[in-house]
Amino acid sequence: MATHEVTFPITDPDEILKLRAGDEVTVQGHIIGIRDRTQIRIFDQGVEPPMDLRGAFLLHTAPGVKKRDDGGYDKVCIGTTTSARMVRFTEPLGERYGVRAICGKGGFPDEAIEPMQRLGMVYFAIVGGAAALETTQIEEIEEVAWEELMPECLWKFRVKDFGPLTVGIDAHGSSLYHDVQAAAQAKLKELYARL
Amino acid sequence: MIATDLETILEDAAAHLYVWALKDIPQDLRDALADAAKKETSVPGQRVLQTILRNVQVADDQKNLVCQDTGIAVYTCRVGERFPLHPARIYQALKAGTERATIEHPLRSNAVHTITRENTGPNTGYRLPIVHWEFVDDWDGLDVKCVPKGSGSENMSFLKMCVPADGVKGIKQFVLEAIVGAGGKPCPPGIVGVGIGGSADYAMYLAKEAIARPIGTRNPDPVVAQLEEELFELLNETGIGPMGLGGDVTVLQCHVEHADTHMTLNPVAVNYQCWAARRASAHVAADGTVDFDREA
Repeated sequence: MATHEVTFPITDPDEILKLRAGDEVTVQGHIIGIRDRTQIRIFDQGVEPPMDLRGAFLLHTAPGVKKRDDGGYDKVCIGTTTSARMVRFTEPLGERYGVRAICGKGGFPDEAIEPMQRLGMVYFAIVGGAAALETTQIEEIEEVAWEELMPECLWKFRVKDFGPLTVGIDAHGSSLYHDVQAAAQAKLKELYARL
Repeated sequence: MIATDLETILEDAAAHLYVWALKDIPQDLRDALADAAKKETSVPGQRVLQTILRNVQVADDQKNLVCQDTGIAVYTCRVGERFPLHPARIYQALKAGTERATIEHPLRSNAVHTITRENTGPNTGYRLPIVHWEFVDDWDGLDVKCVPKGSGSENMSFLKMCVPADGVKGIKQFVLEAIVGAGGKPCPPGIVGVGIGGSADYAMYLAKEAIARPIGTRNPDPVVAQLEEELFELLNETGIGPMGLGGDVTVLQCHVEHADTHMTLNPVAVNYQCWAARRASAHVAADGTVDFDREA
């Protein structure tokens, strides 16, 4: 299992293709925070996102923040939410907006594998609940759109050494979640027989 | 101690407990996480556990929250029959304390109306916070424990009305199926709370009581304690691993609470508590003395 450092947004699709399920990745550059209501607005209500998502790294988050007098936001505690609820947005995010990486916790079900392979996307597993550490890796909240959805706005963060992340689903059709679940289902049969 | 003063003291204690629970996880949990890291042999699993340990340290150093999900505030109260404050006032004090902590820190407010999804207040609303009550004969004290419950793990709650013929085997099979199905979503390795017996609603209530116990404490009924041991071993054979990425440590512990039930019932409820199994407790005496207790 290799280790990589990747800077987002990416311009070269090979940056994604070199990543394999199980690899360790540290991320630099800019990432976009997004959540249930943000994506419902984009895809179910048909509102164009006011940020460029080409080559982007999306983080499933609803950050805890403090509003400053100048209208900007200071971070309080920024962590990551469960991804599975938002799996249906994977394909349109890649196809329509050119998103290349989605990061969250707990993984995506198998329906994400095919579109991620076809569109050259990866799913990064972060450690859910490790928000104190994650907050230190977010240098600044640079932009916030759709503040009325607080905290489920569209956020732009500048990050430094964001990770360690694990490639959960790669762009070659491999998913750790699929493999772990298949092995566990087989194991369950064995355990049931022992009960 | 007059009741209004006691209510203020309890409000202060609740505000403190909520923030304390979110920032400083109990020692038994720290030990269990460190043990898990010693046992784990998978590479992604080890990466997850090392990150968790680093995160706990960063939360200590920076006085930040361990996890951004401030949860729904759940309190368990053991009220002595001679405690001078009525439970109705205890509830109002806990609610006011939750609100104050949320506004003053500030904490992310998660409370919404369940249909309109509009925010209902600073982590409070209709029937929020949630309080579990137990009443104790011949005592004048109050024990209160705050358990901020994150949604990632709460979403992984399951109930099955097994039939008596399913027996203990049916209970074990359902718990295994639930935890494997949950995969990485509830932030494993955590505490699996199992409630058995009683009624459908009471089984789930007991499952929540089970996750609030210090890690590795055993049910005083030896038959139930044996089930805890067996489930703990079985669950760690599933290979789900830390954050569902595969590995040896799927759960830190399994706790079971039980109630006697109807002869034709065999309910089993599963409530999951993530690795950031936050809880903080206080003992309040009738004279208003508050003793904060890390171990309870």
